[in-house]
Amino acid sequence: MSEHTVTAYDDELTAMAGKVAEMGGIAEKAFADAVSALVSQDLELAKATIKGDVRLDTLYNELEVKLIELIVRRQPMGQDLREITAATRIANDLERVGDLAKNVAKRVIAIDSDLQSKKLAIGVEHMTELALSQLKQVLDAYTRKDAEAARRVQEADAEVDAIYTSIFRELLTYMMEDPRVITQCVHLLFCAKNIERIGDHATNIAENVYYMVTGERLPEDRAKVDETGAV
Amino acid sequence: MNEMPNFEQAKTMTESKISANKVQVYYGDTHAIKDVDIEIQPRSVTAFIGPSGCGKSTFLRTLNRMNDTIDICRVEGSIKIDGENIYDPKVDPVQLRAKVGMVFQKPNPFPKSIYDNIAYGPRIHGLSRSKAELDEIVASSLQKAGLWEEVKNRLDEPGTGMSGGQQQRLCIARAIAVSPEVILMDEPCSALDPIATAKVEELIDELRENFTIVIVTHSMQQAARVSQRTAFFHLGVLVEEGLTEDIFTNPKDKRTQDYITGRFG
Repeated sequence: MSEHTVTAYDDELTAMAGKVAEMGGIAEKAFADAVSALVSQDLELAKATIKGDVRLDTLYNELEVKLIELIVRRQPMGQDLREITAATRIANDLERVGDLAKNVAKRVIAIDSDLQSKKLAIGVEHMTELALSQLKQVLDAYTRKDAEAARRVQEADAEVDAIYTSIFRELLTYMMEDPRVITQCVHLLFCAKNIERIGDHATNIAENVYYMVTGERLPEDRAKVDETGAV
Repeated sequence: MNEMPNFEQAKTMTESKISANKVQVYYGDTHAIKDVDIEIQPRSVTAFIGPSGCGKSTFLRTLNRMNDTIDICRVEGSIKIDGENIYDPKVDPVQLRAKVGMVFQKPNPFPKSIYDNIAYGPRIHGLSRSKAELDEIVASSLQKAGLWEEVKNRLDEPGTGMSGGQQQRLCIARAIAVSPEVILMDEPCSALDPIATAKVEELIDELRENFTIVIVTHSMQQAARVSQRTAFFHLGVLVEEGLTEDIFTNPKDKRTQDYITGRFG
């Protein structure tokens, strides 16, 4: 799109998108680090991840102030308005992703022992790969303003949900087999739930990117249900 | 969701108050308005926006034949109000302008008393048979314009002595007094402060219950605030017309997008 007559407006919008992307990078790393700390029982990495969340919260607060200022000063319309509302919502989702990653990191400390068996975490690792790739792709879609890529992210969320359901089943089986792993499995289950929710946030972001680019709402093509209730 | 646009379209087809078709306006050799088609809904506010010189005021003025007063101006195409061609030779422009009232950019009260400002139109159109009836028209017009409480005790004072915002509402009351069906407003708030503007906007919102209002404005925020539909003009062409919320959140044409987001070079 061509530039605004008032060029400072362009600079502000560019800075806004930059801040959202920066938040995205931090949230992505926090998520990857938290799970990596979980799998390898790396307490130091877990602690660093918890501490790192402060940076994300600070950025979020700064961005929120900037977004309100932009609305007040520029009275955005059309594409600009959509970019600003999308940034507001996406930043909110990213802040939540950071919180969920932090929660996973806290559980690493709570478990505070090597996993009884590596196999317990295999499902969680696999799910993380998928959710992380979703998050990466949606952040790329945001930066490139790519509505089609955003749509693909929304579609792929069903897969994350399906893995979550299978992990739920799996962990349930382990707990029945050996009550000594119950504590660890419950923590892992919460971690899996957090990761599943990170996937949901990636989907939210995808919907906002799609709206930002096209001005149309992305049709919700499937009902969001937690199938673990039926397990 | 899919039914909405069809419903809107169906409404447009059957109930338009004003229906313009292939309208051209020439000032001498200059082709100022090109091929404008628009359907204007009754009892609603339609806003015309666009950069200076885009033709929005020129087009507005075709709707009550104000352009007739300019010698070199020529209008072609068809403009119908309630299905009747207003450029038909049988139509009396004075009667037409009673039906299609107008409010201008700068408040222009007559150099007469507040009372006479309102009473002038009904008198020349013979709308009242007695002093009591005329009093009633003046009072109700001022009430509809939200001015009654402010002026009821000084109706004999000159209209020109009021504040700018009051003068503009007086001009709206004057337009209402001859019971028009359509009110055209050409940047009615550009000379007013924000509070007077808010009062006029509140008034516009109340008036749309009974009148069809077309407003030309340079303020996109104002168009967004007061109108149900918005039309964007550029270089004499009607680029895009639609629901106001759609025009300001998701315009279809690149030129509309550039204009509303402040990207016009």
